Order: sequence, then C-alpha cells, then structure tokens
Amino acid sequence: MRIGIDIGSTTVKVVLVDNDDRVLFRSYERHMSRVREKTAEVLRRLTDMLCGQSVQVAITGSAGLGVAKAAELEFVQEVFATAGAVERFRPETDVVVELGGEDAKIIFLTGGLEERMNGSCAGGTGAFIDQMATLLDVTPTEMDVLAQKHERLYSIASRCGVFAKTDIQPLLNQGARKEDVAASIFQAVVNQTIAGLAQGREIKGTVLFLGGPLFFFRGLQDRFVKTLKLKNGQAVFPEDGDVFVALGAACYAGDHSRSIVFEDLLARIEDASEKSETTNTLPPLFESQEEYAAFSKRHAANCPPPIDVQAYTGDAYLGVDAGSTTTKLVLITPEGGLLYSYYASNKGNPVAVVHEQLYEIHRAFGDRVRIVGSAVTGYGEDLIRHAFSMDEGLVETVAHYRAARHFNPDVDFIIDIGGQDMKCFKIRDGAIDSILLNEACSSGCGSFIETFAKALGYDIAEFSQLGLFAERPVDLGSRCTVFMNSSVKQAQKEGAGVEDISAGLSVSIVKNAIYKVIRAADPSELGQHIVVQGGTFLNDAVLRSFETELGIEVIRPTIAGVMGAYGAALYARDAMTREKGRVSTMLSGEALDAFTYSASTTRCGLCGNRCQLTINRFGGDRKYIAGNRCERPLGKEKKTDTDNLFTWKYHYLRSLHGGENRRGRIGLPMVLNMYEMLPFWHTFFTKLGYEVVLSPESDRELYVSGQYTIPSDTACYPAKLAHGHIEKLIDSGVDAIFYPCMPYNFDEEQGDNHYNCPVVAYYPELLAANVGRLSETTFWTPYCGVHRPKGLSSRLSAFFKEHAGIPSSEVKAAVRAAYKAYESYKAAVRSEGEAMIARARAEHRPIVVLAGRPYHIDPEINHGIHEMIASFGLTVITEDAVSDLAQRPTVHVLNQWMYHSRLYNAAAYVTTQSDMQLIQLVSFGCGIDAITTDEVRRILEENGKLYTQLKIDEIHNLGAVRIRIRSMLAASKARENG
Amino acid sequence: MAQLMYDKGGRLLFTEEMRQEYTILFPQMLPIHFTMLEKVFRLHGYNAVMLTTNHNGIAQEGLKYVHNDTCYPALLVIGQMMDAIKNGGYDPHKIALMITQTGGGCRASNYIHLLRKALQRAGYEYIPVISLNLSGMEKNPGFKLSLPMILQIVHGIVYGDLIMNLANQCRPYELHKGDTDALVKRWTEDLVKDFERGFRAFRHKHARDVMRRICADFASIPMDRSEPRVRVGVVGEIYVKYSPLGNNNLEAFLQSEDCETVVPGVLDFAMFKCDNRSEDHKLYGGRFAAYTVSNLLKKVCRRYQNDLIEMIGHHDIFRKPCTFDHLKTLVKGYLGYGNKMGEGWLLTGEMLELIDSGTHNIVCTQPFGCLPNHVAGKGMVRPIKQRLPHANIVCIDYDPGATRINQENRIKLMLANARMQAKKATPSVAAGEKEKEPLSV
Repeated sequence: MRIGIDIGSTTVKVVLVDNDDRVLFRSYERHMSRVREKTAEVLRRLTDMLCGQSVQVAITGSAGLGVAKAAELEFVQEVFATAGAVERFRPETDVVVELGGEDAKIIFLTGGLEERMNGSCAGGTGAFIDQMATLLDVTPTEMDVLAQKHERLYSIASRCGVFAKTDIQPLLNQGARKEDVAASIFQAVVNQTIAGLAQGREIKGTVLFLGGPLFFFRGLQDRFVKTLKLKNGQAVFPEDGDVFVALGAACYAGDHSRSIVFEDLLARIEDASEKSETTNTLPPLFESQEEYAAFSKRHAANCPPPIDVQAYTGDAYLGVDAGSTTTKLVLITPEGGLLYSYYASNKGNPVAVVHEQLYEIHRAFGDRVRIVGSAVTGYGEDLIRHAFSMDEGLVETVAHYRAARHFNPDVDFIIDIGGQDMKCFKIRDGAIDSILLNEACSSGCGSFIETFAKALGYDIAEFSQLGLFAERPVDLGSRCTVFMNSSVKQAQKEGAGVEDISAGLSVSIVKNAIYKVIRAADPSELGQHIVVQGGTFLNDAVLRSFETELGIEVIRPTIAGVMGAYGAALYARDAMTREKGRVSTMLSGEALDAFTYSASTTRCGLCGNRCQLTINRFGGDRKYIAGNRCERPLGKEKKTDTDNLFTWKYHYLRSLHGGENRRGRIGLPMVLNMYEMLPFWHTFFTKLGYEVVLSPESDRELYVSGQYTIPSDTACYPAKLAHGHIEKLIDSGVDAIFYPCMPYNFDEEQGDNHYNCPVVAYYPELLAANVGRLSETTFWTPYCGVHRPKGLSSRLSAFFKEHAGIPSSEVKAAVRAAYKAYESYKAAVRSEGEAMIARARAEHRPIVVLAGRPYHIDPEINHGIHEMIASFGLTVITEDAVSDLAQRPTVHVLNQWMYHSRLYNAAAYVTTQSDMQLIQLVSFGCGIDAITTDEVRRILEENGKLYTQLKIDEIHNLGAVRIRIRSMLAASKARENG
Repeated sequence: MAQLMYDKGGRLLFTEEMRQEYTILFPQMLPIHFTMLEKVFRLHGYNAVMLTTNHNGIAQEGLKYVHNDTCYPALLVIGQMMDAIKNGGYDPHKIALMITQTGGGCRASNYIHLLRKALQRAGYEYIPVISLNLSGMEKNPGFKLSLPMILQIVHGIVYGDLIMNLANQCRPYELHKGDTDALVKRWTEDLVKDFERGFRAFRHKHARDVMRRICADFASIPMDRSEPRVRVGVVGEIYVKYSPLGNNNLEAFLQSEDCETVVPGVLDFAMFKCDNRSEDHKLYGGRFAAYTVSNLLKKVCRRYQNDLIEMIGHHDIFRKPCTFDHLKTLVKGYLGYGNKMGEGWLLTGEMLELIDSGTHNIVCTQPFGCLPNHVAGKGMVRPIKQRLPHANIVCIDYDPGATRINQENRIKLMLANARMQAKKATPSVAAGEKEKEPLSV
C-alpha cells in the first residue's frame, strides 16, 4: 500500500493506492491553514482500512516540506511527482498544465523535456481566482457558472491579483456584465499561463490539465481548450485531476520510501503538529479586556452630533460615496446629524444599490424629510451623478478632508483605508498639501484581509475580532498581496493559529500603510492631529496596530466607514447654502419610479485608442457613456485641443521614416531610448541610403504578440513592449534591424554622469538572446557611445564597413549629419515647448510638465494620460522642453543617469513658475525611479509645490489617475485661493 | 568631540581627528574576506568594526528609511547600519559608517547617498559616511586608501577566495563534522595575525607560501570522497550571492540538502571592474592611460589568481578555478564586454564557467527587480540552455517579501533535476527501468 500526500497552499490531497496502482481512497480538502491537523484528520479516516499494515508514504506540495521534515517522511518536489504519475498513468501526454492554489506549472514532455514554474510574482492561480470571485461577490463555483454564460471577453491583466483588480473594478463600475467579467477572469488565467509560463514554446498535442481549479471550473477548462485550439481528445481533464500530484507522490513512495506501520505514520504526523513554532511574533494587540474597553470608549466619543432620528422633520442632504467595491450613502441634517447611513458591497452594480437606497430613505422618512441637496464622490461618481442627476460631484480626497475637518478642525493628516484604495493626505493651512495613494503593487487594503478571512472560512468581522486577543501575532512584515499569501503560508507551515494570523494581517496592513505608502520613519512626520477613516479602520485590530505602531492616539470617527459620503453630504450642504435659491436637481418621486437602468458595451472606432465604451441608459433618452478618454464618442464637437507636447513629439517622431532604398530597408524598433535617438538614427540611415522602417505603433495586441519571449517578467512595461516591436519588424521583412546598446547617453552636463539605465542600455542584448525568430533576419546591436562623437564615428565606420561594406567616409558624413539632426530635434522640442507655454499664458491656462522618460510618449505606455490631463483644460509639456532652463539643482543622490537629470532640472524649473505643476510618470518596476521620485518630490515640496506621481504599467486604470489629477487641481486651487 | 567639517558641496567629512576617536562600522558581505578586511583597516590605524548582525529587524529598519522599491541589498545594508546605530551600543557621536561605491550605471552606486538620506531622516546627520572606492570619488581628509592598503585588501580577497573555494570542496566530504569550519576559523585567525607583521606579510614569495600551506591543510582534512555530491553553483548579484543575510542562508540550505556548493570568488569581480575601463576605451574611444590604478590592480590580481590556481592545482582532489581571461572568452556570443553595469557580463561568464567546469546546476540569485540581472542573469538563461542543454539553472529573487518556502521549493525542483541527471550519468539504476530524460527548469 502506498500513500501520497499533497499539501498545497490551500488544500490537502491524500490518495491511497494498492500495489497495482488502483486508487482505494482519495480526498481533496481545504486545510484552512491547519495544515498538520487536517492531514492527520484525513489519515485517521484510513485507520479501519490500514490498521496494523505497513505502508510507503511520500509527501509533496509547497506546504508539505515542513511537515515532511518534522515527521521525518520522504518528500518529493511536486513537479517531479507529477512527471512520475504522468509517465505511469498518462504516457500519451505531450504537455501538462497544472494550476494549484498559488503555483502554476507547465511540463513539456515530448520534443525535449522541459518544465516551468511561476516565479515569485505569481498570478493566474487558484488563489487569484478566489480573490476575483470575492471581488465579484460570488463563490468560485458561482463564478464558474456565470462564466459559462458569457457573451464577450474583456482584457484583464492577470500577472497579479492587484493588477487584475484595477482592470476589473472599472469594468464593474461601468456596468459590465458579471458573466462576461467572470469569463474574462478565466481568460486572463489562460493568457497568463501561456505567456508567463510557456514563454514561446507551443502548447500542442495531448494536453493533460491538472490541479483543483482546472478540475472544478468548467469555464476555465473551456477557455483553455478554445484558446489553445485543442481538438477532441487532445484536452484531457482526468477524473483524478484534483489529486493527481498526490497520486504522483504515491508512485514515488512505491519506488523510494521505506515501509512504515500505518499507526507509526499517523503518530508521526500528529507529533509533527506538536513541534514548536519558529515564526517571528509580535506582542499582543491588547493585554486585557479592560485595556480593550478603555480603547473602545475613547473612540466611541468621536461621533456626529446626536439627533432624534425618529422625530426629525425638515431639510436633509444626501452624500454618496460610490467606492470601488462598496457604496456608502448618508443622509444628514443641516447641522451634520446623521439621519441615515448605508455601507455595503456595491455587488458590481452601484446604480442599483443607490436606486434601492433612495427608495429605502423614502420608506423610512416619508415626507417629513426633504432632500435639498446631494453630492457624490468616488470611483463611480460620474455614473451615479448622471444616473440620478445629483447636484454636485467631488473628488474623494476633498470629500474625506471635508468630513475629517468636521471632527477635528485642526486635522493635519488623514489616512483612509478602504477596500481597494489607501489614501493619505497632509493638510497645511487649510488645504490638502500632499496626497499619497497606494501604488498598484502595495495595495494591501481592506478587501485583501477580507479575501483572507473568506479563504480561511470566516466572515470579516469575526476574523478581525479573533485577532484582538491573539497571544502571538505573526510578524508578516509589509508587503504586497501576492507575497503576503506566501508569508501566511509560511506562518501556517510553522504552526501559527488563525488568531495569530488575523492579528498579523492587521498589523501588516498598518505597516504597509506607514512604511510603503506614507513611507514615514517617524510618526511626528505625519502630524499632530491624525484622523483615520475608511471601512478598514472600523476593524479594531487595525486601529490598535496603527496607534501602537505610531505611538500616538488618533481620531477614528464612529462613522469611519462612511466618511467619504459624509463629506460629500457636507459639501452638498455647503454648496447649496452658498448659492441662495438653488434647487436640487436630484431625481425624486415619479422620476425615480420611472428610472430604469441598463448597460451595454461597445468599442469606439473614432481613433486608434479604440476605447472600450460602456453605454449606460437610465430610461428615456438619458444615457451616460463611460470608458472614453476623450470627448469624441460623446457626440460633441471635438473640443479645441489644448496644446500637448506629448502628442506633438509623438507625431514628429512617427513621421521620421522612409527614404530612398539604395542599400536596403532597415528596421528601427520604436522602444525605450529610440524615442530619443530616432532623429539621430533616422538621419544616419537615410544618409547611408537605407529606407527606414519603424515598428508599428504600440498596442495591446503588439505586446501580446511578443509576450512569449520575455524572460524577466518584473522588468518595466516599456522594456517588455520591445519584444512585440521586434516581432512586428521581423514580420515586415526588413533587411536588418538596428538597435544599438547604449550604456552612455549624450552628456547634457546636467548630472555627475550621463548613463542610461541598465535596462535601456542592454535590452538589445536580451532581445538578441531571447527572440528566437531574430534568426530570420539580421539584428545589429553594436555598442554606441554618442557622448564621444569621434569614437562613435570610427566605431560605426568599422562596423558598417565590416557588415555592409560601406566606405568609412560615407559613414563619417552620416554620423555628422546625425548629430546635427539630433540637435535640431532637441531645439525644435524646446521652441515648441516655449510656444506652448506662451500660448497657455495668453489664454490663462495652467501648465503641467508631465515628466518621465522619452518613451513615455508612447500612447500604449502612458495610456492616454496626457490627453486626459489636457481634457481638464491644461497645457501639457514634456520634461525635456524645460530641463535646460533651470540651474542644476542640488540633489542628494548620485545624479548619473541622463534622463533622470532632466527630471531634477525640470522640477527645479517648475518651482520658479507659478502657473506650472509637475506630474511625474513612473513605470512600474523602474528601479531607478525608486531613487528619483524622492528627489523630485523633495525639490518640489521644499519650494512649496505639490508633488504628484502617476505609476503606469500594462494596466490602464485611468480612474485612479483621474482622482490624482483632480485632487492635484483641487489642492492647487485651494492654495491659490488660500 | 571631533569637530564636524564639510566639503564645498556640504558633505560631512571624515577628519583626521575622527580617525583618532571614531569607530568605523561597515557591513559584512563575505565572512572570511571581510574579517581580513577589518584587520587591514585596523593595521592602518582605523578602528573598523564589521557588522555581523542577522535578524528580522534589519529588513524592517531598512524598509523604514529606504524607498521600498530600492534594491534589497540597499535595504539590508542600510537597515543593518541603522540597527547598529540604534541598538549596537555605540555612542552615535563617535561612529562613522563605511560603504563601498562602485560608481557604475547600476543603482548600487547610489547606496551611499541613500544611506546619508536615511541618516538625515533618523536625525543622525552628524555621522560621517566614508565611500570605499577606487575611482577617487568623495575624498576624506581622515581616510585614504593608500596603495599598500589596496594591496593588502587584494591579499585579503585572494586568501578569502582560496579558503572559501577549498572549504566548499571539503565540507560535504569531511569525516568529522566541523573539521573544515575549524580549519577555516584557524586560518582566518592566523592570517589576521600574519597581517600584523606588516609589509613582510605581503611579499609575493610569502604569499605563495601561505597559499601552499592553506591548500595542504585543507587537502589533509580526513574526507570520504567516494560518493560525489550534487554540485551546485551560486552566482548572481554580488551581495545576495554572498551574504547569508541577503540570501536567506542559501549556503546552509544547500548544505542541508547534501550539496557541494561552488561559489565563484571575489577576485574575478575586482578584475571585472578594472577590465571595464579598458573595454570602455575600446568601445567609445577617448584618451587611454595605461598606468592607472585599475590597470595596476588588474595585473596584481592576475598574478595572484595564477598563484591561487597553481597552488590548488597541486592537489588532485580539488578542482581548480579558471582564470579571469578564460572566463572572459566564454562570454563571447552571449553578451558584449560593454555590458558592465552591476555584475554585467561577469555574471553570465560565471554561469558559463560553472557549466564548462562540470557544475551544471546553478542558482542565479538576484534582488527582486534587479535591473542589470534582467539582461545578464535571467535574460541569458535561454541562450545558455539552448547551447548547453544540460545546464540546470534556477533564478531566485530575494526581497523582504519573498518567503523562504517559495525560494526553497524552486531550488528543490532544480535539485531534483540535478539528481536525476546525476543518476543518468552513472547508469547504476536497475536494469529495465526506462531511462528518463533529465528535466530542466
């Protein structure tokens, strides 16, 4: 008899097979973090069958190693176990695809055995599916049922749950069908598996699909079969798919494990759970019930003015906070007394929730309360405002500040942790001074703890309550969600209980906020009067950790969960009372009865962006279109465009191609520093008699076409896009592709050195090594040092003499012309920038320096952010238009990268111009910007300017960007007025 | 108390007076090498102390003061220093910090600035920071890297590399557990004592003699080499590759898995950095000075490397490392010699050298999101495997969030493949069992 035990991140699988490989027992169960107990429990069920018999046992799985070690049992790596079982039971298999709780694997069996496993940045796994189901407010099984009824698919990033959320949330908020979103989530998993794991190797032949998610979810199976275009019989979903790896472990045990008596095995596993833990632990949150009581009492005092809700008659103001996962709604008296409040998941349909609540309010108060003003804030602001004709809309940050001020007029720091967002802002002189929002990567927010609670089988309130008196909270550090999963896994492995994990998660949320988002070293950096709010702070464990970590007492209003809505209501009151005679336009009575709501989606074809539009209809001819980046699809006349140097530069560069084809066609990939160097190389090659062919404009499809050759998934998106550009250039059949390695940049004498970043410098070598199809063409990647014209000239002469037989006098002349062309391009950018600034000043438009890298002008990289900023009536210019206008500022870092020196200079220049703001674009994964952002911030803030940073990646979540920009505008306006 | 002096740019200087009064703290990267480094500094009148702390609080301290997206080594080194200042029992007014600065296009050249910013934020702006570099950056009146010192540091590196190399080859096979480590300890102490003899200790003849004795001593450890262990090479970003604090005690883990670890030495890195300068000249032109410190240093290193190889070569039981020049030729066709940021082409070269010398199993370590390693590490795995199909490489990312369990699971998979390959190479498996093709990660 052989037993295989597979202990994964979320489940325990046990199989018992006899010596003829017949399965006698199988079990697949969630272990709810009680790894050893659960394993022992399952094994005990075998007692009757195996009492006194000797068995061979092997353990496998990501959480199995610890158990195997402690119990001194044989361990086999799970990919290995799988390969063994496939060989024995499914020898016809060509490829194995296995998805587990947190791991994803592909094993290629025929045509060169190869195996791939997801890296530390793990998306597209079971945990991801669970997380997404929570987001949709359904169980994973329900999500599967939904997916089978889909009509269309959306593009959703699945690299990590956090990214996917940012894609899914706007879809839900804009009214996309849940069925379609569910199927899209499965499609994202499939794409992730193919792109991230297969990395260029085709998945073909007979494919064996293993692991829980692929065993249980029909919708996922379906997406795999369709995407891989597998024919009948080629896709195998075995009846043992869920326990297949355990089966492999059993096979392994047969070959490798010593026999032991069953009782001994059971005892070993049971004893193993007695072993003491080694995880780092923290002091308890509360030492005693008394301590907790005092804490609760202190915070209970921060409440809105008390009123008699039952007796109140008169005017009221409505505030709605249509958040990303939840909808919050309050009704207040003119004095701020709370008449009604509502806080619940928006269930993917905030419109329906608000509609229902308006009825609810009417039912509760009848005619004794009259709503005389309303305002809405949050992600769903536009949608809700249009749907119900609300009076005012305001950006969340302003709403939160308005509410916080009500509780403490001296408030100087506000932190709000909601379901998806974390917002912190400092207040100075009665206006928002600096805004910090969580970046795409570090959003360990409310929904994260909730997902965990559910995964462990608790509801959120119960789960957080458990943590309050945990004796030894686990120290999970501060890190992103995906990593947190594995930290919890590690803690579980080491025997931490649910209480300790609960408390540990609360502490980690706080640490994440303080050290990753706020990045404070000292609580005094925050302020003296701190107000905390957002649903997550209603969790006492989180609140307590926050106070402990900072060592000060803070204010948490009793209505912490609805502060955004409360602020909106106060804002509505202020606005309505300011304008005498203003009458609320909000739907009521019959109009509300006649209200209907439906949504459909379409793709806008008016420009290359091809925005996905959601058309919301509210009955009658009222509709609201969302998802657009500009005004065009709204049927309005195209607004007179404000000046936008991003667009100007982009069009200028894209026009640099062609030329007489005397020597051949040369392909230049429009990636990374080519956005700076193109005028140089274009002139160089046209002078030499080459026809210059640029790679096509970037889009999602182009990215996906090259995704399979990306070796390092954590590189920045601009670099990863290069793979698609190379593919397209190969397709275009050019004679050669030229993409030089350039560790050094031009020396603009603005820094201590003039390097490019390592990725820009050497990415051509990475492409040469990884894009297999490059063998179809010639790929030139010489090292070029433009900082030394003489050296470059002789080096290129030698290079083109050797590779193309071009006389060196010709090359030298071309180099000279290239330098001139580059200089005139630079001059053109500067004079165009100057002209735009002058026009903006004549028209009294504020100016935004959208500062980043040359390649940030690629619309697929900036996702149209520049257009969106311009749509607020601002003039947008680039950093290189002004970087030579300022004195080189003192920076406290090594100023050695040329593009980054421009940032410092541009920032320094902006501080001297009253009508300019700087927004820094940062590509996710840019290691260098970890250094520059702090410096740019310092330069701006020391001189009284606001700092705004936009992190961009392959995802396009303009909603979050809009919040930042509106907050910035609101803050700078407040500053002007103040 | 020493007077605080600043240079024109406002940088706090390490003065002659401080040299008398201050303790200089510096982070450990390699236990053997850096112990000797500490000694060299002391010989020259600096009260240097190597920090050897290793606990969870270090990364947390780093997270507090350093931008979280900064590379992991910066986080750890700065965290370790802040932790030492706060909890090390030193008078903060009587310490200085020392950190290496390579001055390349990698983020690492910014560590010193990030450290200063951290000090500022924590209110320790009065603690001077000394840059240890060969490029003449950031001079200090109280600290000079003299030529004798440089030569002595080179000695420390040579001896350190030699001892590390031999110890790794002995440890898995020793009959009495602990013999190797005892010898490592003894020799480190002896060498430190030897250094006290001053210049005599650094004569070439003497150095050769010392190397000969070290080799003989390690060769005489009672060992059972009948059963060869799976050999695993460790390469990567220099800090996480070497520092147990950086790589979650990778070497100890590999030992517990019954592996023989092969860790390329520091000498190659030193020569790589010197070599970059002449390569830059070849690629970009400009004036070339043949008699620079870096050229001299490279010559010295080359001489000692040859000695080291020769001495190890006297003992058949040991594999000898290859020369830097050989390593450099291996890279051809993979990367250009202009790839110099971080570990640059050296990293690829080390992987190729390991495979070339029969160590097919490799852990390539890097901090999460390490910029140069996107290209020279992860980016080169595919061509290496294409051309050398038996290569068995796993890339592991390190950062404060990565858990040991995930790292170890992936290393275990690499090891399972390695064992299968080893089994295939020695076909003692029961007849009739189907030959399996090796898995490669």
